[in-house]
Amino acid sequence: MKDKLKILLNGMFKENPVLILALGCCSVLAVSVSVSGGFGMGVALTFVLVCSNVVISLLRNIIPSKVRIPCYIVVIATFVTLVEMLMEAYLKSLYDSLGVFLSLIVVNCIVLGRAEMFASKHSVADSFFDGLGMGIGYTMVIVGMSAVRELFGSGTLLGFRIIPEGYQLGILTQAPGGFFLFGCAMAILVAAMAKRGKKFEPKMGCDGNCAACHSSCDDRKEAEAK
Amino acid sequence: MKYMLILFTLVFTENYVLVQFLGICPFLGVSQKFSSCVGMSGAVIFVMTLASAVTWGIFQALMIPLHLEFMRTIIFILVIAALVQLVEIVLKKYMPPLYKALGVYLPLITTNCAVLAVTILNIDNSYGFLESCMSGFSAGLGFSLALILFCGVRKSLERAHPPKCFEGLPISLVAAAFTSMTFMGFTGMAENMFG
Repeated sequence: MKDKLKILLNGMFKENPVLILALGCCSVLAVSVSVSGGFGMGVALTFVLVCSNVVISLLRNIIPSKVRIPCYIVVIATFVTLVEMLMEAYLKSLYDSLGVFLSLIVVNCIVLGRAEMFASKHSVADSFFDGLGMGIGYTMVIVGMSAVRELFGSGTLLGFRIIPEGYQLGILTQAPGGFFLFGCAMAILVAAMAKRGKKFEPKMGCDGNCAACHSSCDDRKEAEAK
Repeated sequence: MKYMLILFTLVFTENYVLVQFLGICPFLGVSQKFSSCVGMSGAVIFVMTLASAVTWGIFQALMIPLHLEFMRTIIFILVIAALVQLVEIVLKKYMPPLYKALGVYLPLITTNCAVLAVTILNIDNSYGFLESCMSGFSAGLGFSLALILFCGVRKSLERAHPPKCFEGLPISLVAAAFTSMTFMGFTGMAENMFG
């Protein structure tokens, strides 16, 4: 049980997918303008991540390694379609506010990255907890960022007005605010870790190549070497 | 006029990277070297235009008659993945110089969320065939503009001395915030010029 807990906490803190591995930033930056939207996105991604991790782990000995990426994509896309249909039917307003980013979970680096790095090599139970931990880690960051952006950007929190009209920093809800806040969040993390004596250099997960971090990077290095 | 509106909207006012947050990973990951920026840009423009055309055709010719609209996400991502493979093979065989320039970046594009997004948004906006191609091309062009501009910004960042905790990716993100702020200046321009 202890090792399962360790896997869970690893995804939440030690290898937080967004702040430490710098994966899946697109949706974090785009959706984090309201807490409810951010939370909905987090739950949707967690669901897809857990299900795809479990299924890919189940199939890990059947999928031939040469065509594994398309296979992973099919599995992930199936669950994303499922989430899309459920959300459109029962949570129409959330579905509209997430827009295209819900479909884009398919190409979210976190989901494919975990499939490639973890689920294809570990047991079903481990993969389940890894997906859950990573999903919660993602949700924590996106909800945290949404809270700051909604509170200071629109002056509300979950729709309730907290800061009176006319005192908001409107730019926080727009694109530059998202980039700025994300940069600051990362810098705060670096500073906090430096204080505890740990060195941490934030880097893009594998040069911005989301899928198959290892394989494509190796391909690229080979191609560059030629 | 309709096409000019799409072009200006997607390149400036609704830039995929800096305004809509699509394709952030390659934007932050590849923008360190100018040559790789140019290669990536070329590959993205090419694939986006082609993917827009092909997915439009498949959606109209196969998915609507067969009532498969709900499978959009899964079909489009597979089409894009297959298309990228195909382009790679064709370029390798018939256009080696172009393959040499773009080939390295092609595999990275399959999972570039901007490509999938443009195909889905084309359908959501119910664009016709030429409009879809134009929107794919413009979105790619907007991506390239952002990537190449940001590459220059990053060059200057290398010589800057930010606070210790901001070094590396955090300061790049702050710089991206300012680059994106400049694009806010274009708000309303496209509609006023061509609307």
